[in-house]
Amino acid sequence: MKKPKKKSDVVENVMTVRNVDVFYGSNHAVKDVSLDIRKNQITALIGPSGCGKSTLLRCLNRMNDNIEICKITGEVKYDGQDIYDKNVDVVALRARIGMVFQKPNPFPKSIYDNVAYGPRIHRLAENKQQLDDIVENSLKKAGLFAEVADRLADPGTGLSGGQQQRLCIARAIAVEPEVILMDEPCSALDPIATAVIEELMEDMRLNYSIVIVTHSMQQAARISQRTAFFHMGELVEQGATSKIFTLPKDERTKSYITGRIG
Amino acid sequence: MQTNSILHHGRGKHAKWLEKAVVFLLLVCASLAIFTTIGIVFSLVVEASQFLQKVSIIEFLFGLHWNPQTAIRADQVGSSGQFGVVPLVTGTLLISAIAMTIATPLGLMSAVYLSEYASSKTRSIIKPLLELLAGIPTVVYGFFAALMIAPFIRDTGVGMGFNISSESALAAGIAMGIMIVPLVSSLSDDVMNAVPQALRDAAYALGATQAETIKQVIFPAALPGIAGSLLLATSRAIGETMIVVMAAGLAAKLTANPFEAVTTMTVQIVTLLTGDQEFDSAKTLAAFAIALLLFTITLVLNIIALRIVEHFKEQYD
Amino acid sequence: MTERSLTDMAGLAARHRAEKRFRWYGIIAITISLGFLAVMVVSIGSRGIGAFSQTRIALSIHFDEAIVDPLGKRNTAELSRSNTNALIRASLNELFGQVQLPSERRALYALVSIGGAYELQAALEKRPNLVGQTKTMWLTASDDVDIFVKKGINPALDPALRRLKPNQISWLESLQQQGQLQRKFNTSFFTNGDSREPEMAGFLGALVGSALSLLVCFAISFPIGVLSAVYLQEYAKKGRLSRIIEVNINNLAAVPSIVFGLLGLFIFINILHLPRSTPLVGGLVLALMTLPTIIIASRAALRAVPPSIREAAIGLGASKTQTTFHHVVPLAMPGMLTGTIIGMAQALGETAPLLMIGMVAFVVDIPTGILETATSLPVQIFLWADSPERAFVERTAAAIMVLLSFLVVMNLAAVLLRRRLERRW
Repeated sequence: MKKPKKKSDVVENVMTVRNVDVFYGSNHAVKDVSLDIRKNQITALIGPSGCGKSTLLRCLNRMNDNIEICKITGEVKYDGQDIYDKNVDVVALRARIGMVFQKPNPFPKSIYDNVAYGPRIHRLAENKQQLDDIVENSLKKAGLFAEVADRLADPGTGLSGGQQQRLCIARAIAVEPEVILMDEPCSALDPIATAVIEELMEDMRLNYSIVIVTHSMQQAARISQRTAFFHMGELVEQGATSKIFTLPKDERTKSYITGRIG
Repeated sequence: MQTNSILHHGRGKHAKWLEKAVVFLLLVCASLAIFTTIGIVFSLVVEASQFLQKVSIIEFLFGLHWNPQTAIRADQVGSSGQFGVVPLVTGTLLISAIAMTIATPLGLMSAVYLSEYASSKTRSIIKPLLELLAGIPTVVYGFFAALMIAPFIRDTGVGMGFNISSESALAAGIAMGIMIVPLVSSLSDDVMNAVPQALRDAAYALGATQAETIKQVIFPAALPGIAGSLLLATSRAIGETMIVVMAAGLAAKLTANPFEAVTTMTVQIVTLLTGDQEFDSAKTLAAFAIALLLFTITLVLNIIALRIVEHFKEQYD
Repeated sequence: MTERSLTDMAGLAARHRAEKRFRWYGIIAITISLGFLAVMVVSIGSRGIGAFSQTRIALSIHFDEAIVDPLGKRNTAELSRSNTNALIRASLNELFGQVQLPSERRALYALVSIGGAYELQAALEKRPNLVGQTKTMWLTASDDVDIFVKKGINPALDPALRRLKPNQISWLESLQQQGQLQRKFNTSFFTNGDSREPEMAGFLGALVGSALSLLVCFAISFPIGVLSAVYLQEYAKKGRLSRIIEVNINNLAAVPSIVFGLLGLFIFINILHLPRSTPLVGGLVLALMTLPTIIIASRAALRAVPPSIREAAIGLGASKTQTTFHHVVPLAMPGMLTGTIIGMAQALGETAPLLMIGMVAFVVDIPTGILETATSLPVQIFLWADSPERAFVERTAAAIMVLLSFLVVMNLAAVLLRRRLERRW
């Protein structure tokens, strides 16, 4: 699915996935997927459960490295480099590609320490004042600062579900990544909290590129600019969101969107 | 032939009686645990209280000299400080401290490696081997400590001008420490496994190395559980008998070594009770009094430890 | 924004170094622990292996009727008490006729163990027709000779302090040249009870004592443990009583073993007047100690049986008792047995509580019942470890090897049982 690059093309890819296969032992979970992730856009990965979207997402920041039986072939490029190249340091990689998980997972530390964790280990701040600034800015960008400004020392686990997820987003932002991967970030939240985060994502798009796996077609239609539809480990179709939802090319896409499968 | 009515079952009454009898029998069996505890407390308290009629509790708990021989020769309890248990307690704590100083880093780092770094194949080989250490009877550790560790330390220490008493404590402490390593390791392993994978994922996704994740996320999260495990291990060290009896005795007979630093509560209990004496003599009573103190200390430690670990595990359910 | 690439970042190298170091700490910790295990096993093994052979001296013994059976009655009881020592001395005098001084003769006789006389008595008791015959008998040498043959002379030791004098050594050498001094497999180690002479000491008495104690322990702790677990897991409602029982069990599992010994001393011996030093009391005390282990393991086994089994039985109209004992318990039995074997293995190694109830006596005869004075294998090890003679060191180490092999066998049995009978639900 290569677009010819023209000089007038202002849309660029921040990451490209080419011919990626993922095996969990003998299970062929992701089959020959090629995908473009556009810069400063929200790309949604949709499809019925178990079709490999989360697996593919975890390939983008090499989280699958920790799983012994997982084997990956193909090429994932970021910043002109294959991230699976042996010279690439996975620690440095994850400082540039962050992740937010399905169930909010703040550390059992204070709100401040949760957000400060990333900058601390990557030595992004030279003194306490800088660290304070990073924490405050990240919380602001995640839309949480107003609510917690006076209780930064309170435990992160004491917040509500929606607040915890925004805390996790702030934590990911604090490291100043370029790309943020989100694995069904709203599926454990109520509709109001979901709406807050969706609004947040629209703001975040200005500074980051976002890839979101979502179970909800409506959410994908609401917030994303590009959509990729997965089915049984295969990437069936990808393109502009509006086109996918109004004029799908593949029968399976049509069936999913109209609710006949999934 | 019985009617098949569900309202009246021909065998009903008989079966109900049998059911009740079975349940009662089972309950009696299960209650044996309670009776055992009651029995222990009863035994210790009855004898210890007889002892405390002869020796004041202040002298017992706070006295600084332990010399039970005097009490037998004279019928009256001798001059003050003959039954002071303090040197026994400090001796116990000394050896336990040595043991925990060895067991804590070895046990924790073994657990960390096995649960976070080792492949499942390595883990399946190493873990049973560590369990072997736990299965070796303490009398074997005692023999090894007396026969090989203590002389080694003595020969090395004499060359460096160390006091012999702390060496014996060292020999026993080392053997005890190694014996406790599997306990610390498996308890910490359980505790660290209880920390949810989600926290690890979050840390890795932020770009933390494994060491950073373990030191800064998992350890702090597991800290209450690890503290409880260490308390349990300490309690085990305090109650240990054979290693200290044998390493403190070396080739000498069972009469107590006069060096205070080496004598522990358990050694004294054994010394006072092996030998042919009347059951209710002063020595026997003194042994029970020490045992009551020992039981109380370990009980308190165990209760605190189990509470902490329980509370910790509930957090992550 | 700091400079970043996929291959380098500020402080990355230092972080990876810290990571490597941390990983190495783990490996070092495991190596030290397992290394200690290896050192312990190897050093004890190397010291104990010598005990499996025993130095023996061959002497031509003339069973002089005038000395052992002057009245010619051939009464086995009398023969077993006859003066066989004289026979040994006669034989030695004949071999080394040049030895005349009484002090030198004493040194000569000291080469053969005191037990040698008992060995001849036992031979006569078994075969009274030996009287009047002359036979070559292999007799156990004394422990000093045994050590000398196995280890030679300690060159660092002052000659005046050596156990064997030069004349004794020369006699031994001549015996050796004539093939009358040999190391043979030490059967008496396996068949004798304890003895003051290390060369005669065997562990059979202790082994039988341990076996009897474990038998009593099993007979009490297995049924009570299993039934308790059944109650707690299948019948008890989550009320105060079951909570108290659980707390008690968890606490009992962590009580120092010596306290159980005191419990046994006070209640079983002092109040119930059960006989001291017997496997009965030993087994009772061990049973109390093993109960928590069996209960906890059995509960886990019961918990592993899926509810569908119980539901199926109840659905067919079975009562609670029938469901539990006909269906659930048999399925949980492998796990329960495994836990019990492990509990028994722990009980086998216990020493302190048995010391408290008096099983520390010097026991020569092999016990034949649970009401006879006995000792146990770990206690025997403890007693031997206290003895200063070098030969006892050897035997202690060998007894430890025997004990450890039993433990290995028991634990292997438990593991195999678990694997063989494990059901996949």
